[in-house]
Amino acid sequence: AGTGGVPRAQPRHLCPFPAVTSEQIEHLHRRFKQLSQDQLTIRKENFDSIPDLEFNPIRGKIVHAFFDKRNLRQESDGLADEINFEDFLTIMSYFRPIEMNMDEEQLDRFRKEKLKFLFHMYDSDHDGKITLQEYRNVVEELLSGNPHLEKESARSIADGAMMEAASICVGQMGPDQVYEGITFEDFLKMWQGIDIETKMHVRFLNVDTIAHCY
Amino acid sequence: IPSVSSIVPESCLLIVVGLLVGGLIKGVGEKPPILKSDIFFLFLLPPIILDAGYFLPLRPFTENLGTILIFAVVGTLWNAFFLGGLMYAVCQLGGPGLNHIGLLANLLFGSIISAVDPVAVLAVFEEIHINELLHILVFGESLLNDAVTVVLYHLFEEFASFEQVTILDIILGFFSFFVVSLGGVLVGVIYGVIAAFTSRFTSHIRVIEPLFVFLYSYMAYLSAELFHLSGIMALIAAGVVMRPYVEANISHKSHTTIKYFLKMWSSVSETLIFIFLGVSTVAGHHYWNWTFVISTLFFCLIARVLGVLVLTWFINKFRIVKLTPKDQFIIAYGGLRGAIAFSLGYLLDYKHFGMRDMFLTAIITVIFFTVFVQGMTIRPLVDLLAVKKKQETKRSINEEIHTQFLDHLLTGIEDICGHYGHHHWKDKLNRFNKKYVKKCLIAGERSKEPQLIAFYHKMEMKQAIELVESGGIGKIPSAVSTVSIQNINPQSLPLERVLPALSKDKEEEIRKILRTNLQKTRQRLRSYNRHTLVADPYEEAWNQMLLRRQKARQLEQKMNNYLTVPAHRVDSPTMSRARIGSDPLAYEPKEDSENLPIITIDPASPQSPESVDLMSEEPKGCSGLPPSPEEDEEGLVMRVKEPSSPGTDDVFTPGASDSPSNQRMLRCLSDPGPRPEPEEGEPFIPKGQ
Repeated sequence: AGTGGVPRAQPRHLCPFPAVTSEQIEHLHRRFKQLSQDQLTIRKENFDSIPDLEFNPIRGKIVHAFFDKRNLRQESDGLADEINFEDFLTIMSYFRPIEMNMDEEQLDRFRKEKLKFLFHMYDSDHDGKITLQEYRNVVEELLSGNPHLEKESARSIADGAMMEAASICVGQMGPDQVYEGITFEDFLKMWQGIDIETKMHVRFLNVDTIAHCY
Repeated sequence: IPSVSSIVPESCLLIVVGLLVGGLIKGVGEKPPILKSDIFFLFLLPPIILDAGYFLPLRPFTENLGTILIFAVVGTLWNAFFLGGLMYAVCQLGGPGLNHIGLLANLLFGSIISAVDPVAVLAVFEEIHINELLHILVFGESLLNDAVTVVLYHLFEEFASFEQVTILDIILGFFSFFVVSLGGVLVGVIYGVIAAFTSRFTSHIRVIEPLFVFLYSYMAYLSAELFHLSGIMALIAAGVVMRPYVEANISHKSHTTIKYFLKMWSSVSETLIFIFLGVSTVAGHHYWNWTFVISTLFFCLIARVLGVLVLTWFINKFRIVKLTPKDQFIIAYGGLRGAIAFSLGYLLDYKHFGMRDMFLTAIITVIFFTVFVQGMTIRPLVDLLAVKKKQETKRSINEEIHTQFLDHLLTGIEDICGHYGHHHWKDKLNRFNKKYVKKCLIAGERSKEPQLIAFYHKMEMKQAIELVESGGIGKIPSAVSTVSIQNINPQSLPLERVLPALSKDKEEEIRKILRTNLQKTRQRLRSYNRHTLVADPYEEAWNQMLLRRQKARQLEQKMNNYLTVPAHRVDSPTMSRARIGSDPLAYEPKEDSENLPIITIDPASPQSPESVDLMSEEPKGCSGLPPSPEEDEEGLVMRVKEPSSPGTDDVFTPGASDSPSNQRMLRCLSDPGPRPEPEEGEPFIPKGQ
């Protein structure tokens, strides 16, 4: 298969921790070829060929996250048009499970990486803050699987959540103070109670079944 | 000075009390009662298990199900055989007193003593507040190993009466394990579905809703036990299956009732079990054999430790979040034995098992050791080893949003990877549930309600109730009071509805109205007929308000100037009398009409959609102005009442006499009188205002 050989050497410069195993890279490469139809790069349209993704209410954001330059660790901003296998791997590396021999500092960095990924998904206009409108957008998308629901419910939920976030992050606010949006530090505060490092991972171990595309 | 209860777990104290009581009874010369097995299995055990199953935290349970199953099944089997085998060896070497105990008897003894007991685990672990993962691992194991225990116990008991045990019997025994466990689960699921289905139709008889939950669960337990299937697994399965649907169907009060009754019953059961254990110790015939008892104790511990170590090594290959040595220690140390072992031992037949007394003595010794020594020392050990404790997080709407978002994200990533993992199947199950199952089992509108909305409504309700209960002005939860919609969205209209933030004057309105009307309720609720215990007016009004708000918004989009009066169902005389009795706001046109919140509508005002909800009823007199069909076309001009308090419409239902048919009837019966022109701006509500 002359379509970009499987990179045997682990792309260490991309991930600060030990990368995924070569077996997993093999599997992902096979999947990448399937998705890209044997091309070198993937575009947004390639993701439409995954049948199960249609039911996902936030598929737009997920696909978007793959092309978000901030996640691809490139210095620039904005959206890439296409990604190659290395970028694909980079995105996948955000979902690696926690290793047993990590020390505190590594764990903290691990956690921050994952939360940063999530933050970029919420913050669609790339301004470093999750504004009320963006949060409303998120809730609307989450509820988009129910066609008969009105926007009003989504809005009230988002507003309530935003107020709760404001009170967690800033505490007491006077009537004339305005809370601009959730910054990354506030976001970290909100997630303090939840063990993101144990929750945000995907098992790559079982490699016998590969779902098919159209 | 540390109090006794902080050192000694409650279970130990209860056993000591039992010992004292037993000693007292014996001292007086009476024969103290022994914990009979059928009382234990039929009456004392089910409430505890139902409480555990109904309130089982499903998420961590299913996430760790593989681990729990391996510990429960393989671990218990290992314990039973290891212990049985070693005890047989001990018996052979133990001298004349023990030589006659055969292999089967020892294996039976091993199977009885090897099972971790859910009652003891619950009693001890609840007090040490350990982190969720460890708690669910040990607790889940104690629940699921019942199947193994049941199979092994009956198997060995049967075999003891056989002349010879063939390979076929063993193979059949192996298969019977699957039958027992899966059969138990199936029975539980069936009863759970029936209970959920029944709860769909209980909207008119809210008082006995909790009864259905209890009865169906108990029937699941009894049915399973009848066929020698695992009753505990049936009970757990029933509780888990019925809970989401039942909770969507039943009223808030029924939910509270179920919760409190289950907690009460399980507390009582647990207390009784431990006290009885103490009394039975004093009362029973004991046969103390040093070798047997000490070696039992010793090998129990060894078996547990070895089992946990080996299994964890195996499990960690498949787990993402590995179990650390600290975790393993706690799991091994938390393997407490309890009353189930005692009851099973008590059930042994004297004919086949002459050494029953010795077995019982050994069982009691092991129970005492695990409950006293391990139970008392686990708390300081947890502190010493700095094991992670349970995090007391309040369920917030943010957390719910994030959790759902994360779920969908991980499902999406799994789909992209092409890997049919945990999230993929969970998502499929959820979709199946939403599409088919919920429609059958949940009544009415709620079947289409997505989880996020349901959660949000639950939180709103809770906050509103908290608000009313807190009563005083100063006790508003701080998260609500200072951050209002102004702070996050300055451009929005000040009257924009965001439910969790109730501004101060809204709260005052609500409180004032509630106070005045609550007094009225108390005066009028004289009848004790169960038919008059209709739905809580506030809760029903809440739900109706939500529904009506939905409809009102749709209305606003279509017809700006129209006022539609919601139709009212026609009730039987009893029901309407009852509603008069319990609903303070309806049907009382003569009393205190100035107190009733009369909200009129100005279609031009921005808040008109909200204010559609509430209107007062008109008096029975002829001066009423029912909106007859011809009037509707012209529309009704309303005045806005001040202070603008859209919050007041939250709680009350409108009067029934507003329905068009009712009003038309009233018009016919009474002298209609001259109809004032609508252009005059005559309010819909007559001169009471």
